[in-house]
Amino acid sequence: MTDFFSRIGRSTLGTLARLGRASVFLWHALVGLPGLILRPGLVVAQIYSIGVLSLIIIVVSGTFVGAVLALQGYNTLVNFGAQDSLGVLVALSLLRELGPVVTALLFAGRAGSALTAEIGLMKTTEQLSSMEMMAVDPMRRVVAPRLLAGFISMPLLAAIFSFLGIMGAYVVGVGALGLDEGPFWGQMQSAVDFRDDVMNGVIKSLVFGFVASWIAVYEGFDAEPTSEGVSRATTRTVVHTSLAVLGLDFVLTALMFG
Amino acid sequence: MNIARSVEIWVGLFVAAGFAAMLGLAMHVSNIPLFQTVDGYDVQLRFNNIGGLRERAPVTMSGVQIGRVKAIELDPRSFDAVVTVTIRRDFNEIPEDTGASIYTSGLLGEQYIALDPGGLDFFLEDGDEITLTQSALVLERLIGRFLTSMGDGGDDD
Repeated sequence: MTDFFSRIGRSTLGTLARLGRASVFLWHALVGLPGLILRPGLVVAQIYSIGVLSLIIIVVSGTFVGAVLALQGYNTLVNFGAQDSLGVLVALSLLRELGPVVTALLFAGRAGSALTAEIGLMKTTEQLSSMEMMAVDPMRRVVAPRLLAGFISMPLLAAIFSFLGIMGAYVVGVGALGLDEGPFWGQMQSAVDFRDDVMNGVIKSLVFGFVASWIAVYEGFDAEPTSEGVSRATTRTVVHTSLAVLGLDFVLTALMFG
Repeated sequence: MNIARSVEIWVGLFVAAGFAAMLGLAMHVSNIPLFQTVDGYDVQLRFNNIGGLRERAPVTMSGVQIGRVKAIELDPRSFDAVVTVTIRRDFNEIPEDTGASIYTSGLLGEQYIALDPGGLDFFLEDGDEITLTQSALVLERLIGRFLTSMGDGGDDD
C-alpha cells in the first residue's frame, strides 16, 4: 500500500521537477534571445533547417487536407442544397483549427524531433560541455536561435498550409465538382472575418510554435546522454508536443470563440 | 561563420511565401475591415422588421453590390429598425424615392438589402432617409399565416 502511494508521489515530484527545470531552462534561453540581434546568421540557418525543410510536407498535406475537406463537405452540403457554402466551410475550418493544429503536429514530427535529436546528440558527444569549456554559452549559441527560429517559422508554415488548403478546395470544388466560382469566394469573403478568424489562427500558431520549439529544445537538452536516452527524448518530444498542442488548442478555442 | 548564400535565399523565399500566404488570406479570403473603409455616403433606412440582417451585409441594386450595412439601431419611440448603409461614392445618382427590401440569398443564405430605383430627379445624399421599405420575410410568421389560412379553408368545407 505504501509502495503504491510512494510511486504516485515519486512520479508527481518527478513531473514537477521536470516542469521546474523546463521553466528555468526557458528563462535562460529567453535571456539569450537579445544577443541574437548581433548574430542573425545563426537564426537564418535554423529557419532553413526548421522552416524551409518542412515546406514540402506542409505544402503537400495542406493541399490535400483542403481537397479532402472540399470533397467531404460537398457530399454533405449537397444534401441540403447548401453547396454554395463550401468555401465558407473549408476556409473557417482551415483558418480556425486545421491550419494551426495540423501544422503544429507535422512540425512536431518533422522539425521538433530533429531538434531534440540534434541537441541530445550534441550533449551525448559532449559538444555542449566543450562549448562551455571554450566559454561559449550553449544556451545562447545553440538553444536560443532554435527557439526563435521555431517561433518565427510556425505562423508562416500555418499560413501557407491554410492558403494552399483553400486553393486545394477551390480546385476540387470549382474545378472538379463544378461549383460556381462566385458564391465560393463571395460567401467565403462575407463570412470570414479578418480579426476573428485569420488573426486568431495566427495567434494560435504563434502559441503552438513557441510551445513546440520549447518542448523540443528542452527535451534535447535534458536527454540522458546515451543513445537510448536520445531516442526516448525524441519520442517524448513528439508525444508531449502533440498533447500540449491539442490541449492548448481547446483552451485557446474556448477563449477566442467561446 | 558564413552561411551559404543558397540557405539565405531559401529562407528569404520561405519568409516571403509565408507573408504572401497571410496577405492572400487577408485580402482574398476574409474581407479585411481595416483597409476596407468604403468611400461613400450614409443613408438611413427604416424597417418594421429586419429579420436576420447583420452589420456588413451587402446592399445591392439590380443584383450588383453598391454598399454595405454600417449600423443597425432601434428607434426607441416608433420601434422601427433604423439601418444605416454606406453606398459607394460612384453611385451618387440614386433617386430619392428609391425603395428598399430585405431579401435572403438562397434558401438559407445571408440576408441582404436590395434597392429598387425610383424615378425622381432628386438624388439621395448623405444623411437622407428611405422610408419606402419592405420588411424581411420571417419564415415563422409566413408559416403561421399559411397555417391560419389553411385552418380557415378547412372550415369552409
